[in-house]
Amino acid sequence: MSSLSGRTAVAGIGATEFSKESGRSELHLAAEAVFAALDDAGLSPSDVDGMVTYTQDANDEIAVAREVGIGDLSFFSRVHYGGGAACGTVLHAAMAVATGAAEVVVCYRAFNERSGRRFGQPNTRLGGEPSSQGLEMSWHVPYGLITPAAWVAMFARRYMHQNGVTSEDFGRVAVAMRRHASTNPAAWFHGRPITLADHQASKWIVDPLHLLDCCQESDGAVALVVTTAERARDLRRSPAVIAAAAQGSGTGQMMMTSYYRDDMTGLPEMGVVGRKLWKESGLSPSEIQTAVIYDHFTPFVLTQLEELGFCDRGEAKDFIRNGGIEIDGHLPVNPHGGQLGEAYIHGMNGIAEAVRQIRGTAVNQVAGVQNVLVTAGTGVPTSGLILSQG
Amino acid sequence: MTELRDHLMALADKAVAAGDGPRHAAPHPVNAVMISHWTEAMGDRNPAYTGPDAVAPPAMIQVWSMEGLSRDPAKEFRRPMDDVFDALDEAGYTGVVATNCEHTYHRYLSMGEELTSSTRMLDMVGPKRTALGEGYFVTWNVTWFSGDEPVAEMMFRLLKFQPLRPVEKAKREPYPLRPAVNDDTRFFWDGVQAGELRIQKCGGCGELRHPPGPVCPSCRSAERTHVVASGTGTVYSYVVHHHPPVPGQETPFVVAVVELPEGVRMVGNIVQCPIGEVYVGMPVRVTYQEMDDELTLPMWAPIPEEA
Repeated sequence: MSSLSGRTAVAGIGATEFSKESGRSELHLAAEAVFAALDDAGLSPSDVDGMVTYTQDANDEIAVAREVGIGDLSFFSRVHYGGGAACGTVLHAAMAVATGAAEVVVCYRAFNERSGRRFGQPNTRLGGEPSSQGLEMSWHVPYGLITPAAWVAMFARRYMHQNGVTSEDFGRVAVAMRRHASTNPAAWFHGRPITLADHQASKWIVDPLHLLDCCQESDGAVALVVTTAERARDLRRSPAVIAAAAQGSGTGQMMMTSYYRDDMTGLPEMGVVGRKLWKESGLSPSEIQTAVIYDHFTPFVLTQLEELGFCDRGEAKDFIRNGGIEIDGHLPVNPHGGQLGEAYIHGMNGIAEAVRQIRGTAVNQVAGVQNVLVTAGTGVPTSGLILSQG
Repeated sequence: MTELRDHLMALADKAVAAGDGPRHAAPHPVNAVMISHWTEAMGDRNPAYTGPDAVAPPAMIQVWSMEGLSRDPAKEFRRPMDDVFDALDEAGYTGVVATNCEHTYHRYLSMGEELTSSTRMLDMVGPKRTALGEGYFVTWNVTWFSGDEPVAEMMFRLLKFQPLRPVEKAKREPYPLRPAVNDDTRFFWDGVQAGELRIQKCGGCGELRHPPGPVCPSCRSAERTHVVASGTGTVYSYVVHHHPPVPGQETPFVVAVVELPEGVRMVGNIVQCPIGEVYVGMPVRVTYQEMDDELTLPMWAPIPEEA
């Protein structure tokens, strides 16, 4: 069986500004980001023959293609499970390119998630339909367990109970992300670091989560261009080679509410992703210079560090207390400020940051970056990838 | 309807035409003891009602002819309007409410006077639509005599009405957070309606499973049964929801993952417990909460720990 590793690369990245009110349609945002990514790669719309996005994007692949002047498409897909599919788009694009289903694939996410439909607001229809997901939600929604913060908080409480973790440990993640964002001009929280006291004083959203444990709500778009590593080497930018990409779903998996498995303190789906990434890339955690860890809510940053093997189970709190995730720490996490600090573009902005770290062009550049690990949304079926120099 | 009215009106006309009914003797003469009880009860300290030259308070005129609590059937008498009242009761006008009472006093009464009284029906009006229900206003007059001298009169009016049917219990606002239910999950919700907390049990291998599903992942059997849970559990994890507001719920509220002794977990609200007192490991017992006219949800209340 031939491995995907090293055969494809991210050749271009593009984004709109990140805001709370973009003032334009989501399709408009998508088009801008795709133009920017193609310009960055030095490709034109006519070079594109594949499109990938993920669920919860209001823009159909064909609509975006039409808008930017992309003609014939021989591959298009929409990866399921929302933010959990951010890196999954790259896996799908890479597989398409590696197999020849397409030559140049654009991945995108565009939404007005603050000024338009806000994912953090209760949607009473979640439990309404007797689809498998509607039935799954029906064990939770009637009790008002209906927002992403609440779903994650339930895991967080058990994790705290079992591992002696405190709200301040979660707060240290928020403080680090805001520190990183404070020196990133593209970040919404540019120039606005916070202290642990700020975190502790911020209002409860769903106890044990404070406001500052929760990512932002943002308007904006990010797009990536994936093609063969070989072609990418001839393009305008140095390629971010896809050393590994994987999706993961665990035993007893549910959408945000996998409370019925043996253990509620892990993210087995991220364990699946991690094992695939290490195996496919041939790398180990010590060979990752910086990581982009999906940070919609602070507690799952700790869990992911454990699932991916950056620290032992139950020890993420110590890793973080020792400054391990800070820009000058053992494993700088989210040098751009993550979704807590830069913007919530459903993980796509994190992939763009990983590409910049590989290129050496990030505003908070980590020294000597060879490999960057990126993860996607957690609590749901998820995905991840490792980008490398080359 | 018209027929009934005609019938009632005919009875009323007859009663009115009958004029004064027979005179009935008051059980006791005007006396100081009853006056003393009445003035004390009413808080009336007028000196005219005490002493050797005392007179009776005019407003207690009705008291003199009251029959007392244990009525002697042998002494029962019918008043002219009683036939009308019987017919109204029979027609469903069973409700009674007094609407007017006017007294006229011709003179003071002195100790020892023996009174009689007689009743005369004055009229009946109706049917009238009222807030209490449809009814007829019946008016009569009572005259009290000392010997043959009229000493006081009372005009009395009451409404005999058909009580409105008990107002149907107002439909409650539908609870907005409804579960989807299908063939795979109906047994659970049926159980909740019946006050049972049901756990799916595989008919093949006996494995318990929650949330339930159509096929046993262990043995592939689609034969489904259920057991009724003991109804106790312990809090495995919980959250306190503050923001944003959730339709149908008042913030803050608690949602918990509860571990059952049967080996499965269920999610539900913690109720009947101060929010600050919920903890991981807290023993709880199921309680059923009616959310609206159709939906009942199983929730969890703390079990007081044994001392």
